[in-house]
Amino acid sequence: ERDESGADTSGYRDIWVFSQVGADGVVLPVALELVGKGRELADERGCRLVAVLGEHSDADDANARALAAAGADEVLRTCDDRLAHTDVECYAAWLCALALERRPEVILYGATNFGRELAPRVAVTLQTGLTADCTILEMDRERGLLQQTRPAFGGNLMATIVCPNHRPQMATVRPGIFPAPEPREVGEANVTDVLLDAAVYGRVNVLSREKVGQGASIADAPALVVVGRGIGSKKALARVCRLAELLGERLGCVCEIGCTRPVVEAGWLDYSHQVGQTGVSVAPRLLVSLGVSGAIQHLAGISGAETVVAVNEDADAPIFGAANYKVVGDCMTVVDELIAQLEK
Amino acid sequence: MRSVVCMKAVPSTTEVRMDPKTNTIIRDGRQSVANPFDTAALEVALALKDELGGRVSVLSMGIPDTCRLLRDAIARGADDALLLSDRAFAGADTLATSYTLSMGLDELGDADLVLCGKMAVDGDTAQIGPELGGILGVPCVTGVSEVLEASDHRVVVRHDTDEGTEVAEVPLPAVLTVTKDIATLRMPSIAGVRAAAGAEVRVLDAATLGADPACCGLAGSPTQVVRSFVPERSHEAATIAGTPAEQAAALLEVFEEVAR
Ligand SMILES: Cc1cc2nc3c(=O)[nH]c(=O)nc-3n(C[C@H](O)[C@H](O)[C@H](O)COP(=O)(O)OP(=O)(O)OC[C@H]3O[C@@H](n4cnc5c(N)ncnc54)[C@H](O)[C@@H]3O)c2cc1C
Ligand SMILES: Cc1cc2nc3c(=O)[nH]c(=O)nc-3n(C[C@H](O)[C@H](O)[C@H](O)COP(=O)(O)OP(=O)(O)OC[C@H]3O[C@@H](n4cnc5c(N)ncnc54)[C@H](O)[C@@H]3O)c2cc1C
Repeated sequence: ERDESGADTSGYRDIWVFSQVGADGVVLPVALELVGKGRELADERGCRLVAVLGEHSDADDANARALAAAGADEVLRTCDDRLAHTDVECYAAWLCALALERRPEVILYGATNFGRELAPRVAVTLQTGLTADCTILEMDRERGLLQQTRPAFGGNLMATIVCPNHRPQMATVRPGIFPAPEPREVGEANVTDVLLDAAVYGRVNVLSREKVGQGASIADAPALVVVGRGIGSKKALARVCRLAELLGERLGCVCEIGCTRPVVEAGWLDYSHQVGQTGVSVAPRLLVSLGVSGAIQHLAGISGAETVVAVNEDADAPIFGAANYKVVGDCMTVVDELIAQLEK
Repeated sequence: MRSVVCMKAVPSTTEVRMDPKTNTIIRDGRQSVANPFDTAALEVALALKDELGGRVSVLSMGIPDTCRLLRDAIARGADDALLLSDRAFAGADTLATSYTLSMGLDELGDADLVLCGKMAVDGDTAQIGPELGGILGVPCVTGVSEVLEASDHRVVVRHDTDEGTEVAEVPLPAVLTVTKDIATLRMPSIAGVRAAAGAEVRVLDAATLGADPACCGLAGSPTQVVRSFVPERSHEAATIAGTPAEQAAALLEVFEEVAR
């Protein structure tokens, strides 16, 4: 397989998913989501799907089994205390060495803080491309070209990016963009244990770690009320919170508050509430969107929502294109009505 | 402390236009401003210089108009500025951009600290900092929200992780990428404005920089934008009409259905 530029992309096969493990020792949901998506791509390409897993030295098989159940044909694992924490230098050296030896055609990463730190370091070492924050991944079966689509600059634009002449093709994907796969029945996970080169070490010395008590994160909230600039003022938030509380009671689950970027910029809510490309991707069963225009950077974060109800006074607001139910009108009037009826 | 701050010119509005033929961004320089994350990075460098002495350089790859922003950085206290500008740099993805910037870092000489924004508000890949760390073979810590201690051979920083924050000791040289609210850039001083008026922003093209043209711009970019499109509307939303009370009642039914 030599293309126009003469670059040699032959000899690369299989799709890898970098499977990040959280501080609690459990593989992150985004890794399972990517294994689910990777499975589809691998079936399309007719290749194998490999989950690449780094864990501390006495880890059990729980993560490997979860990855196999999510759809991985093989779990390529290294149990080594240098990989017990998210040390980028150790992880990059480990992953680069594996990739140089085994030549995967594609590597996918969760766009977590760590994934966004690790993937570019691997890209530059392997001298290959890396597409950030993809929301659509498709496989061109013949050439094995991964079509990587991400929201682009301003306006309502998406850009499809390919990496024709360099391997591996690499992309990061935000948590919540792809659904978590239903676990399948597997007997033993097919695990290949590999060693990390003794010479590898990291130079950053972590002195302390602090868990941020973010309350319930909006990323895994089962229900969400998302507010945009259209709610008018910070004062209106009290009523929105009341609505969320009542909705949670009615649905029998937690209902959190999300918002658009201008709401964060105005200081109405802090950044942990921001939904979108530069905020959090969410995947609630119900999302109620109030006074949100629906810019592409915002929509990039709500594609995982099941049922979307949008209220906007502009009948042509782009948010309606992503909604199942459309209410044209003043959002705070609707909020007040809802509160009144829910309180009954 | 010898710091270099990487500053990118970004459009002041979010309306960036794409060239439909080449699928690259149209940069006519109108109304471009310094990436807000990078002005924060500049303040971090200036504060370290106030504390430890040394030099602060600013480095950018961009169109000639970017000189304006670099001169402003000098007015606020940077010692010098280097602009890498050449048609050959156009259309660069992050690999080509980080290569070109690394050549600029070579040109500026041994930096103890390279400071970048966590991300550029237009491209928003957040890849340049870690890629520079990889090219230079030095540690890169991203999302730094506080510099707690600094000396000429190490810094102690707080940065964002997936679980919360971490305090990390980083040996120099190193690359740090900073959050937007780590610091607010100081105003220009009168002396600074005078210095900036007389200052020469060095501008180098690919040849003078000694950059390999095959590694720059479109030619040096492994990724290619093949298509840009307006996303299709995924749903045909059902309209809920009526008075606000009727609308609310209908919405309650939708909620009941979701709850089931
Ligand atoms: C690189 C980049 C990254 C970005 N990342 C994000 C991101 O992660 N998340 C994000 O949200 N944005 C992001 N943005 C910003 C995004 O482009 C939009 O500017 C933003 O989402 C708009 O927020 P909004 O809908 O609250 O405000 P506006 O666009 O001002 O829309 C307000 C809406 O409210 C409606 N409205 C007004 N009054 C009422 C009323 N009384 N009742 C009902 N409706 C009313 C209006 O019709 C309008 O549709 C990003 C931008 C860029 C360039
Ligand atoms: C539609 C579209 C999508 C794109 N998607 C990708 C993609 O997925 N992957 C990819 O590799 N490229 C992509 N690019 C190209 C990318 O935007 C450019 O490479 C850009 O020059 C650097 O990336 P960034 O703006 O994301 O910077 P970031 O990595 O977000 O910037 C971080 C920091 O790096 C420094 N920095 C960045 N650029 C400069 C500069 N020119 N001069 C000085 N300092 C700088 C600044 O300190 C900045 O705060 C895309 C381009 C387009 C048009």
